[in-house]
Formats: sequence, structure tokens, C-alpha cells
Amino acid sequence: MAEFALPKNSRVQPGRKHPAKAGAKNVKEFRIYRYEPEDGGNPRVDTFEIDLADCGPMVLDALIKIKSEVDSTLTFRRSCREGICGSCAMNIDGHNTLACTRAIEDVDGAVSIYPLPHMAVVKDLVTDFTQFWAQYESIEPWLQTYTTVPEKEFDQSVEERGKLDGLYECILCACCSTACPSYWWNSDKYLGPAALLQAYRWIADSRDEATGERLDELEDPFKLYRCHTIMNCTNTCPKGLNPAKAIGEIKKLIVERKA
Amino acid sequence: MAGSGRPLSPHLQIYRWYFTMALSIAHRVTGAALAVGLLLLTWWLVALASGPESFQNVQAVMDNFLGGLILFGFTFLLFFHLCNGIRHLAWDMGYGYDKHVAHQTGIVTVAAAAVLTVLVWLAILIAG
Repeated sequence: MAEFALPKNSRVQPGRKHPAKAGAKNVKEFRIYRYEPEDGGNPRVDTFEIDLADCGPMVLDALIKIKSEVDSTLTFRRSCREGICGSCAMNIDGHNTLACTRAIEDVDGAVSIYPLPHMAVVKDLVTDFTQFWAQYESIEPWLQTYTTVPEKEFDQSVEERGKLDGLYECILCACCSTACPSYWWNSDKYLGPAALLQAYRWIADSRDEATGERLDELEDPFKLYRCHTIMNCTNTCPKGLNPAKAIGEIKKLIVERKA
Repeated sequence: MAGSGRPLSPHLQIYRWYFTMALSIAHRVTGAALAVGLLLLTWWLVALASGPESFQNVQAVMDNFLGGLILFGFTFLLFFHLCNGIRHLAWDMGYGYDKHVAHQTGIVTVAAAAVLTVLVWLAILIAG
């Protein structure tokens, strides 16, 4: 049975307030989830007032500004700052997205920032991805062939290659999986939209010869069929991909091969 | 993850609902409500089979404004569950996964359920 409430040690307490500097022109409030593993306390939400006149346009710019100017203990993952590495995935204004591609001005009122939902929090906005990576590994995300390896590369027509569009762009940021209520309640058994989109990426690849085994592996009440087409994955994907459709295609292939 | 001592990040508490998300849980809730409603229907049929006296007892409870309101609500739940079920069938056949389309078919589902409910009740009222 799904546990809807947060465990006692996870309930969020009110935190500290860091007011804007004197003379700030365009103040925006950022309410950020904080968790310090070493002080033994519960998570809290700190409020930071930031002068947008002196800050970059994206939410990640504000986070970096806070870390360098207000509170150096603020912890988050980031790398490319252009939506290609997937490190800064977090929940901003109630939806999962990348802090580096989310414009501050698109958020009405205060900007609330939480870690990706229903994950174990390591510190502040950093969550534990161990299970997520294990699930990705379980779908064997590499090309599998049984026939003789050709002398040069495996040939693929333009149409065959086209089938991978909308799949290969996935950056594994986990926004979709951690937006999915089904994944929240069953992440120990349900693979989640990210791993399933990746599974379909290899199923759809004309060069891969393990399609049957891949479908066998997925044909399971939990691994695949916990998807109830809630559509949160597709709604939230910061890359505009469609994991729900990929999952639907897998379900269809499993039905079709039985016919 | 459980037992690691690490807190669980907020989920339902902070996630801003999409319309499709609300319809998804509504589908499940209406399914459960319809199962309960089926008991009402069964009660009616059993009473009908048991003779005019027991049928009168049911009518006394249900044939009034409040009973009508319950049946009106039940009709809407039924049509919502039916229409949304058809939406799910379309998904299972591979159609309607675009996020804008999924949003629009959701609106159509609720509207169609409302129209069908009103039509059925107009027919009931006209038939007297």
C-alpha cells in the first residue's frame, strides 16, 4: 500500500530567512529545501531574497549566486548549464525540470525549489540515484547482436535511424521517473518512465537483435505494467520527449507478438 | 533506500497537479465508487424480485430529491468512467500520447460525460 504522508524524519520544518541586500532593485524570493545530514535535524525550507537586477536569467543562476554570495553550504548538482547533462534536475515551482533551462521570470511569485520527489535525500537538493542507475543497467542499454559482426559499421537506413528520434535525446535526468506517482509508490519494482524509454530505445533500434529477450524481460506486472498512463512523465520532460508513448509502444509490441 | 536514515523528499505534498494526473486518479476513484453503486442497484433488483412490499421500502428511501441526487451523481460517474475508459483504449492502441492531445481529450471526456448525464436525465424527466 502506498504511503502518502512523509515519514517523521522527512517532514519539512520552517527554516532561516536571508533578506535582500540594502538597495536591491528587483527582489525575488527563493524558497529552497535544505537538509544537513550531520546536524541530525529534519529538512527545512530556507528563504533567500535575491536581486534579479544582479542575477542571471535561469533558476540555476540564482542557485549559483546564493551559493557564492549568501550561503556556501547550499548543495546541488550542476555541470553543463545548458540542458544537456541532466545534473541539475529538481522540482521547481511544483514541476520537475532542469534548473539551467527554467527561466526565473516564468515563475509567478516566490520560486520554490525541492529535490526530485520521493527520493532519498543525501544533502539539500542532491538525491540518491543508486536505484535509478541500477534500473537503467537492468534494461541492458547497449547494442546486442548474434549474427556475425560486419567488417565496417552496422548499416541503418534513414528511416530506421529516424525511429530513434525522440528516444536517443534522453539525458537520464530522472525528471520523468520522479514525477510519476506509480514510481513513487512502487519504485522498488516498477522500472519507471526513464528506464522504460531507454528500453524502448534499444527495442526500436534496427541493429539490435535482442528484441525478443528485451520484451520477455519487460513482460512483468510491475516492471512495465505499473504504468497507468498518468502522463506526468511526458508533461514534465525538460527535453520535450514522450516516455508515456515509448511505454505504450512496448505494451503494443508485447500484444502484437502474441497475435 | 528505506532504512538508510536519509529523509524522503516531498512528493504529493509539493507536486503541482496536471489535469491528466487528476483525471487518472478520478478514473480509479470513480471505478471504486461504481462498485459501491452496484450494491445499490443489486438492492433494487433483489427488492423487485421479492415483491411489491420490499420494492416500496426501497422506493421510500430512493424516490425523493436526495435519492435522485445520488442517482444523478452515479450517472455522471458512470459516464465519466466509460468515456475515460475509451480514452485509455485509444492510448492502448497507440493514439493520443502527445501531451497537448492528452490534455484536450481529457477536457472532451469530462464534457462528454456531463452532456450524456444531462441527456439521460432529460429523457427520464420527459418520460416521467
